[in-house]
Amino acid sequence: MPDFMAQWLNQNDIFTAMTMMEYWNGLVNTIQLVFLSLIIGLMCAIPLAILRTMKNPFISGPVWVYTYLFRGTPLLIQLYIIYYGIAQIPGIQDTFWWEIFREPFYPALLAFALNTCAYTTEIIRGAIVSTPAGEIEAAKAYGMNWWMRMRRLILPSAARRAVQAYSNEVIFMLHSSAIASVVTIVDLTGAARNIYSRFYAPFDAFIFVALIYLTLTFILVFAFRKLENHLLKHQRPVGS
Amino acid sequence: MFDLKGYGPELLDGAVVTVELAFLSLALSLFLGLLGASSKLSGNRIAYGIATFYTTVIRGVPDLVMMLLFYYGGQVMVNSLSDFLYDHYQIDFFFQFDPFISGVVTIGLIFGAYMAETFRGAFLAVDTGQIEAARAYGFTRWHTFRRIMVPQMLRHALPGLGNNWQVLLKSTALVSIIGLTDMVRVAEEAAKAERMPFHFFVPVASVYLLLTAGSELFIKWLNKRANVGVAQGAQNA
Repeated sequence: MPDFMAQWLNQNDIFTAMTMMEYWNGLVNTIQLVFLSLIIGLMCAIPLAILRTMKNPFISGPVWVYTYLFRGTPLLIQLYIIYYGIAQIPGIQDTFWWEIFREPFYPALLAFALNTCAYTTEIIRGAIVSTPAGEIEAAKAYGMNWWMRMRRLILPSAARRAVQAYSNEVIFMLHSSAIASVVTIVDLTGAARNIYSRFYAPFDAFIFVALIYLTLTFILVFAFRKLENHLLKHQRPVGS
Repeated sequence: MFDLKGYGPELLDGAVVTVELAFLSLALSLFLGLLGASSKLSGNRIAYGIATFYTTVIRGVPDLVMMLLFYYGGQVMVNSLSDFLYDHYQIDFFFQFDPFISGVVTIGLIFGAYMAETFRGAFLAVDTGQIEAARAYGFTRWHTFRRIMVPQMLRHALPGLGNNWQVLLKSTALVSIIGLTDMVRVAEEAAKAERMPFHFFVPVASVYLLLTAGSELFIKWLNKRANVGVAQGAQNA
């Protein structure tokens, strides 16, 4: 460690190695929570989005109800319902599920995954619906069956159209994950709240954590821009 | 009838607080959004810099962190100001930073940044010929802005504005975390005391659902009205 940094850390009351460790653990928790819920949400969203575009109202209707409910209410309330609600399900405390859901991490993960899945379903649905009709006609003319059309044509081209909106959803999820701290999870915001209450130093604690979130956001924006460039390579003007 | 165990009136008061909070923050965010968008488009480097810094930083930080910073930080700032005033000028001044004000300020600031981006896009969509014509008629910059730009950009801004409003409405739930007794807070306390989470959170969720669904219809109606007389090529094609 350079001298000036060691000196600076020694003079400091708040940003000691111990608090840094706390922030680090919070960062790990936040990233785990966001990453896992995004993965689960995306995996559920793709089949749901396909069901949502079905003509049969008995198939698309329930998916619509699900997305409408989860997009129309605040995530905080969904988290409260799941976090406090699971413990109240009769008999759950005797099953092995209780071992899992006793930790606040898993109810939060469930709430976040359900929430992001609802938003992602609508994003993908929008992309599927806007597939040019001519492309589907062409695929049919070539004798592709439904599954093949989905796999080779509709989903890949929908992915290209969805990636912009999905990047917003990912950043939104990162920011929403801050509310995990209200159900006693020590994520980044939770760490900042602990440090604030220990030192009564709101500016140090929260501005520092805000900078971490800002950095994470910039990294995500950058990564998605790279991905978009990659996916939309064929649309780039010649010579650029 | 649904039995709310005597928490009914409190929940209703909480719902009123939520709605007040949402509308006040909307007003603040619209003001900040217009200000931000016009400074981004003003051509003045300093104004552009400040507005860009504002929209970038705000949109990169979670709302809850901003809220905690404003609520706790605001109180510390007021405390040191009141100490300073007392020590130097013998003025006894104290001001309790309450959750409602911090909520309005934070949500207004956050959504001001989103509104600024929406308005910026909408302003750019206004035909430049319109602005030239206004200048040719001798309109001042302010008149051009108020009479030509604002009425015409509103039509383009409405869809984005509606989205922002829906997100804003749901963000008001966060203010319960810093201690405002809105309906989420009341429901949380009732749910803990009575050990009936579904019983209290489901009605609150329904109120939010009602508000968002109602807003959706209203925005659709506004959109239709704003686009009267505009040929909708894309929809007929």
